[in-house]
Amino acid sequence: MTIVSTAAASGPAVPPPRIDPEVPAKVAARNLNFYYGQHHALKNINLSIAANRVTAFIGPSGCGKSTLLRIFNRMYDLYPGQRVEGRVLLDDTDILDPKLDLNLLRARVGMVFQKPTPFPMTIYENIAFGIRLYEKLPKSDMDSRVEKALRDGALWTEVKDKLNASGLSLSGGQQQRLCIARTVAVRPEVILFDEPCSALDPISTAKVEELIAELKTHYTIAIVTHNMQQAARVSDYTSFMYLGEMIEFGPTDKLFTSPSDRRTQDYITGRFG
Amino acid sequence: MNPIYASRRRKDIIVRALCFVAAAFGVSWLGLILFTLFYNGLAGMSWQLFTQNTPPPGASEGGLLNAIVGSLIMTVIGVGVGAPIGMFAGTYLAEYGKHDRLSPVIRFINDILLSAPSIIIGLFIYGAVVVPMGGFSALAGSLALAVIVIPVVVRTTEDMLNLVPNSLREAASALGLPRSLVIRRIAYRAARTGLITGVLLATARVAGETAPLLFTALSNQFFSLDLANPVANLPVTINNFVQSPYVYWKQLAWSAALLITLAVLALNIGARLIGSERTAK
Repeated sequence: MTIVSTAAASGPAVPPPRIDPEVPAKVAARNLNFYYGQHHALKNINLSIAANRVTAFIGPSGCGKSTLLRIFNRMYDLYPGQRVEGRVLLDDTDILDPKLDLNLLRARVGMVFQKPTPFPMTIYENIAFGIRLYEKLPKSDMDSRVEKALRDGALWTEVKDKLNASGLSLSGGQQQRLCIARTVAVRPEVILFDEPCSALDPISTAKVEELIAELKTHYTIAIVTHNMQQAARVSDYTSFMYLGEMIEFGPTDKLFTSPSDRRTQDYITGRFG
Repeated sequence: MNPIYASRRRKDIIVRALCFVAAAFGVSWLGLILFTLFYNGLAGMSWQLFTQNTPPPGASEGGLLNAIVGSLIMTVIGVGVGAPIGMFAGTYLAEYGKHDRLSPVIRFINDILLSAPSIIIGLFIYGAVVVPMGGFSALAGSLALAVIVIPVVVRTTEDMLNLVPNSLREAASALGLPRSLVIRRIAYRAARTGLITGVLLATARVAGETAPLLFTALSNQFFSLDLANPVANLPVTINNFVQSPYVYWKQLAWSAALLITLAVLALNIGARLIGSERTAK
């Protein structure tokens, strides 16, 4: 026991645990604790998110999965009274470093939210807006970047004739794919999906899931979902969280077919949650 | 019929009748005021109003040119000074200072300012500007109007920015936008119609203010564009003319009142149109 705790406290020398040694880790959390005021929301989380794979986070409401996701792009920094301890590495960068430029971090780690959030501007501008933050492109290059992003978001054929229509005029599913396209357009390395389909109908959900499967060839993906079938369909690895702790983390097919923890088994068989 | 249901229906009829009477009572006074205003004001409507200055006592012709121009100048300067300050303060309250302990204090003081009688604001500017400057001036009048504009715009700006969902700010931050751009490019844009409406309503509010101008801009019988001197304006002209014994002055006062009312009506309708454009989207 003593040896284990010393090792855990000794800091960055110990490599974070990996599921599959073949796949390099893109994001690694070490001894991560998170507090909303007095509430201890995440308890000693250790995990690594494999590059170019989809990692899913499942668990009942309030288990901390969205909180964990929002640490990876420091979204929690927008609000006061929240505190984090531990380390999170993106490649070799400690993203919890208070001196870190958050805007550059968020350029590398994009996020798609539960509710579609198109900006109040045209479809074209929704995409071009983010690109302009980082690159100054002539009009023709911008046009092709916007087209590329909309194709990556599986939206191009539906909107190519109305690029100047408001982003808000699209359907919910189209809006969500617009948000994915917008995120992809700035060429991040990691994309975080926070329950991206919970406001969508089944057909739109299927489209977004297909999209996630395609995106993983270029991006590292972490997805929080309430839908266990969705986690099983889209992810390579799954983490089950409960009451702020990571109960089990492993290859998705193993976690769903032969979970090693009793609580995981109870949750995935629908006994609670 | 079920007795409980029958009594419920009787109560419904009674309460509905009372509501109707109360509404009709309120609206009929408004209708009466507008009718009188149009009846008396329209009689004096002519091009003269816009081409000639206010006449001397006893004259039988003249217009409101100097008062109209004076009111326009002071309203434009007042809103031009007050609206940006109000927008900045409202932005602070809704964005940067949202979780700041100073914000509730600012908000409270702003609410007091919002409901302060406008004559107090006139007195304040009298003490702060008119006395040190050595006389009444258009500038002092404009500043008094600006002080009235500020709390209105602070309030509407904060309220409108609070209506912008946080998810939109998060989405913009998640793309790597710095705070200032999230506010300027996303929050202002999403709240744009509401912000414009707020400024229009503040303009309508000050267009008819009389009390703060009595102590600051005073009035002027002649045409003047000089900010350092007293300037004629519609509300004070109404106030002066309506108390006079001269028939023509009284007629001009009615016309001036109608002009202000029509201008305020236009601003309110404009604000409505802009507001409904947002809901249509």
